[in-house]
Amino acid sequence: MNTIIAFIQNIPLDLLLIQTVNGIVTGMILALVASGLTLIFGIMDVVNFAHGELFMLGAYVGVVVFALTGNFWIALILATMIVAILGAAMQILTLRPLIGRDPLTTILATFGISLILQNYVLWQFGPVARKISEPITTHFNLFYLEYPWYRLVIAGLSAALIGLFWVFLKQSKFGVWIRATTQDRVMAQAMGIPVPWVYTGVFAIGAALAAASGVLFAPMAGVTHTMGLDWVLKAFIVVVVGGMGSLGGSIAAAIFISLLEAYAAIWVSPAQAVIVSFIVLILTLLFRPTGLFVPTPK
Amino acid sequence: MTTAPLEKPTSIAKPRLSHNAIFWIGFCVVMVLLIVAPMVLPVFWRRFLTEVLIWGLLAMSSDLLIGYTGMVSFGHSAFFGLGMYGAAAALLLVSPPSLWLAIGLGLAGAAGAALFVAYFSTRLRDIYFAITTLIFSQIFYVIIFTWTPVTGGENGLIFTRPHLTIPFLYDARFTNATMHWFVLAVVTASYLILRRVTRSPFGMVLQSIRENEARTRAIGYPVERYKIVAVMLSGLFAGLAGVLYAIQNEFAAPDFVYFITSGDTVIFNVMGGIGTLVGPIVGAGFFQLIRELLSRLFGDQFPYLIPLGVIFIVMIIFLPQGLLGFARRWLNR
Repeated sequence: MNTIIAFIQNIPLDLLLIQTVNGIVTGMILALVASGLTLIFGIMDVVNFAHGELFMLGAYVGVVVFALTGNFWIALILATMIVAILGAAMQILTLRPLIGRDPLTTILATFGISLILQNYVLWQFGPVARKISEPITTHFNLFYLEYPWYRLVIAGLSAALIGLFWVFLKQSKFGVWIRATTQDRVMAQAMGIPVPWVYTGVFAIGAALAAASGVLFAPMAGVTHTMGLDWVLKAFIVVVVGGMGSLGGSIAAAIFISLLEAYAAIWVSPAQAVIVSFIVLILTLLFRPTGLFVPTPK
Repeated sequence: MTTAPLEKPTSIAKPRLSHNAIFWIGFCVVMVLLIVAPMVLPVFWRRFLTEVLIWGLLAMSSDLLIGYTGMVSFGHSAFFGLGMYGAAAALLLVSPPSLWLAIGLGLAGAAGAALFVAYFSTRLRDIYFAITTLIFSQIFYVIIFTWTPVTGGENGLIFTRPHLTIPFLYDARFTNATMHWFVLAVVTASYLILRRVTRSPFGMVLQSIRENEARTRAIGYPVERYKIVAVMLSGLFAGLAGVLYAIQNEFAAPDFVYFITSGDTVIFNVMGGIGTLVGPIVGAGFFQLIRELLSRLFGDQFPYLIPLGVIFIVMIIFLPQGLLGFARRWLNR
C-alpha cells in the first residue's frame, strides 16, 4: 500500500501535463487515420490493410513536393490529392473485381497492395529516414520545455479535417449517397445511386485522409518505409476498441489510447509503451467485444 | 501424382485404381523424389529445398485455419518465432544440446503463445480474427525485440546445431543430407497427421464451421472450443516449423517474429491453394522460386516483392483457388 502511495506521490505532474498534450496531438492524427479506415470498413466491408501504406505514401509524396516547392502547405494539399487519385485507381484495379466475393479476399488484396507500396518506396527512397521541416517554427513555454506551436496546429488541423469530413457526410449529395449505401446497398442501387462509384469515392476519401495525416505527422518524426505498419496496427486497435464502423467511437478511442501510451512512456521506453494499447485491446475483447465507445447493442 | 494415370493399364486386379491407391502412389513418387533430391542436387538447391519444406510446414499449419476452418490468421509468426526461441533456449541452456529437448521446448513455447492467442482471438470472427491475431503476434514481437537480456534483442540468439540422435540407436552430427531427411521426415509426419485430422470427425466439424458457423452452433457443437483447439493445433505445427528453421540456420532472430513472416505464410497459402494441405507447400516453393529467379535476373537489390505482390493480387482476382485448387476436392475426398 505504502509503495502505491509513494508511487502516486512521485508522479511528476509537469511531465504528466506535457504527456497529456503529446497524447492529444498524436491522438488527433490517429483519429484522422482511423476515421478513413472506419469509413472504408463501414461502407465497403473492406478492411484496408494498405491504409498504413497510404499514410506512408502521403508522407513520401509530401517529402518530394516539399523538396520541389519548399512550401509545406502546398505539399500537404498536393500529397492528399495525389494519394486520393492513387487510392481510386487501386480500388478500381484490385477491389472492384472482388465486389461480392468473400470479404476475406479483400483483406488479402489490400495486403498485396501494401506489400507493393512498401517495397516500391523502399526501392525508390532507400531505408534512410526523410524529414520535412516544420512550417511553423515558433515555440511557447510549457514548464521547462519549449513546446512547438506546430504540434498544437496539427491537432487543430486534424480536428478541422474530421469536422469537415463529418459535415461532408451529413450535408453533401455524395455524403447522402455514402450513408444510403451504408444502410442498404441493394436499395441504394435500385434508387439510382452509382454504388460502384460510391465505393471508389469512399476509398479515395479514405486514402486522402490517411495521406493528409501522413504529411501532418511527417515533421514530428522521420518518414520511413516501415511507418505504415505501426500506424495501421494502431488504427486497427482504435477501430476495434472504438467499435467497428463507428466514427465517434474511433475518435474517442484514438485519443484514449494515445493518452494511455503517452502516460506509459513516462515510465517505460516508447517501444514498450505500445503494449499498453495491446492490453486495452485485450481487455476490450474480453469484456466488451463490440467496442468501448459505442452504446451497448440490444 | 502426375504419373498416376500411367499406372492404369498395368493394374490387372481391378479395372480402375481406387482413389486411395492413386493418392498413395502419387505420395510415394513425391517422397522418393524428395528423398533422392539431396544426393543429386547441388548444395544451393539442396538447402533451398530444405527451407521450402520448412516454410511449407508453416504454411500447411496455417492452412488448417484458413482452408479448413475459414479463419485467416495473420499471426503465425508468433508461433513460428516462439518455436524458434524455445528451441534456442533449450540449445543454449542445456549442455550437451539435445535435439529432442529443443523440439519439446519449442513446441511448449508455441503452445503457450497459441493458447494465449486462441483464447482471445477466437471470440471474434472473420476480419476481426485476422486483425487480432496480427496484433497479438506484434505483442510477442515487441516483447522479444525489447527484452534484450533474455532474447538478445535485435541481434537474436546464436547457437550450435545439436546432434541428430535417436535414443540408443543413432548419434551423429547433422550433415546437409541428414538435415534434409530429418526435415522431410518431420514435414511428412506432420502432413499425414494433419491429413488425418482434417478427415476426422473433428476436422469435419471445423469444415462445417467454415461453411456455416451459425448452423454448426445450432446443431450443438461448442464452436468456440473447436476453434480454440484448431488454433492451438495450428500453432503447434507452426512452432515445429520454427524449431526446424532454428536448427537448420543455427540462430533465432526477432525478424522472424515480425509480421512479414505471417504475411508470407498467407501468401504461400493463397498461391498454392487453400484447403489442400499440400498446396501451401507448393505455394512456398513457387514463391521462393520466383524470388530466387528475380534476384538472379536483376541482382540482389531488386525489390522482388513488387512483382510477387502483383502476381499475388492477380491470383486472388483470377485464380482464387491457387495453383493446386483444381485438385482440392480430389485431395479431400
